[in-house]
Amino acid sequence: MIGILDYGMGNLGSVQNACAALDIPARMLNAPSEMDGVSGVLMPGQGAFRDCMNHLQDQGWVEPLREWIKADKPFFGICMGLQVLFEDSEESPGSEGLAVLPGTVKKFPPSDELKVPQMGWNRCKWDAKQTYFPAALHERHFYYVHSYYVPMTDADWVAGTTTYGLEYVSAVSFGNCHAVQFHPEKSQADGLKLLKHFSETVS
Amino acid sequence: MLAKRIIPCLDIRNNRVVKGVNFVDLIDAGDPIQQAKAYELQGADELTFLDITASHERRETVVDLVGKVGKEVFMPMTVGGGIRVAADVRRMLNAGADKVSINTAAILNPEIIDEAAAFYGCQCIVVAIDARRNQKGGWTVYTHGGREPTELDAIDWAKEVVNRGAGEILLTSMDADGTKDGYDIELTRTVAEAVGVPVIASGGAGTLEHFAEALTEGKADAVLAASLFHFGTFTIREVKEYLRDQGIEVRI
Repeated sequence: MIGILDYGMGNLGSVQNACAALDIPARMLNAPSEMDGVSGVLMPGQGAFRDCMNHLQDQGWVEPLREWIKADKPFFGICMGLQVLFEDSEESPGSEGLAVLPGTVKKFPPSDELKVPQMGWNRCKWDAKQTYFPAALHERHFYYVHSYYVPMTDADWVAGTTTYGLEYVSAVSFGNCHAVQFHPEKSQADGLKLLKHFSETVS
Repeated sequence: MLAKRIIPCLDIRNNRVVKGVNFVDLIDAGDPIQQAKAYELQGADELTFLDITASHERRETVVDLVGKVGKEVFMPMTVGGGIRVAADVRRMLNAGADKVSINTAAILNPEIIDEAAAFYGCQCIVVAIDARRNQKGGWTVYTHGGREPTELDAIDWAKEVVNRGAGEILLTSMDADGTKDGYDIELTRTVAEAVGVPVIASGGAGTLEHFAEALTEGKADAVLAASLFHFGTFTIREVKEYLRDQGIEVRI
């Protein structure tokens, strides 16, 4: 059973719909106490970094999520669900992230050539050392909507990168914790394969 | 590198697709859900629903429709038509739309853009601009499906809506719309160069070259078409293969 984190950040319907279409057993998690019996946590996210962290804080999710990830229980973050794994973001100075990964999320630099937010389909290139994401989806297009990004690093947890003016980290993976900057639930067949992969690897 | 998007538009009236269709494999060609699924199989990058239902009560059916389509297709969906107040934006997003397109209401009450963008984020607010060439060498914004001229200059209006928080502009040339003579490249490029958000070119597509022109010379980020796809003149796949062969990045 997958638990979809419902912490009040936008419509989770498309993630639910994707799970239903894939016959992935899933239920909404409205409070940390509901994590019992769930084998993996799926964390969608949209909106601003601060709003996201405030919602997690108000509903008591911050420590349970940190413990879940530190205990190496299966986790899959989507979009803001990737960014909040880091320490903080230029989007919301002073707002502390889950900080299970080091670093600050940055804003795409203003440019005449690049529109911000990045909105549309871009390729994700799996890092050579990563073993979690299916090789068949290497350099496939996924749907992205975001204005902030995780800067490049040679850290072990970098699982995939995308180029939008600059190259940045668009997928992370360490132990059983995985997250992507793009929206698998909006990325047609290739995106659904990733969600299916997560459900298969947790059960 | 970000791919250029190809977006079919479905005009919806009373829960049915208005323009005739020519997909041989569709059992019910007017069924929006079947059309959406067909476009997904062809590789559409996004879907736009334009609700042209007249009455207010009937609009509820579009909310319902968006919910149903979202269970069957997994790509971004934009819904436009009849969005008047911020509560309409919320209803569409809650139903499963990723973006909401606002046209006349943004002109009558520009604060709706600020309000909706602040609350739901710029990325889900599309402002649709219908523009027609004027005698001064510029373009004038029209409302009510291109029937009513305003005092607004299209380029100034595009800048204003982006300043207010629009995350994307759906730009339709009323001169080109329906002609199949090609997009208004000058209009598209002028707007695309004036704003820092993506511009979707709309109106006038008739040949494969037209799509390429809008994306290269016109500097559009995406191209939208309705009847060309509905009537099966080209499949989305055919358009994308052509664009790819022209060296344009597309998702295939």
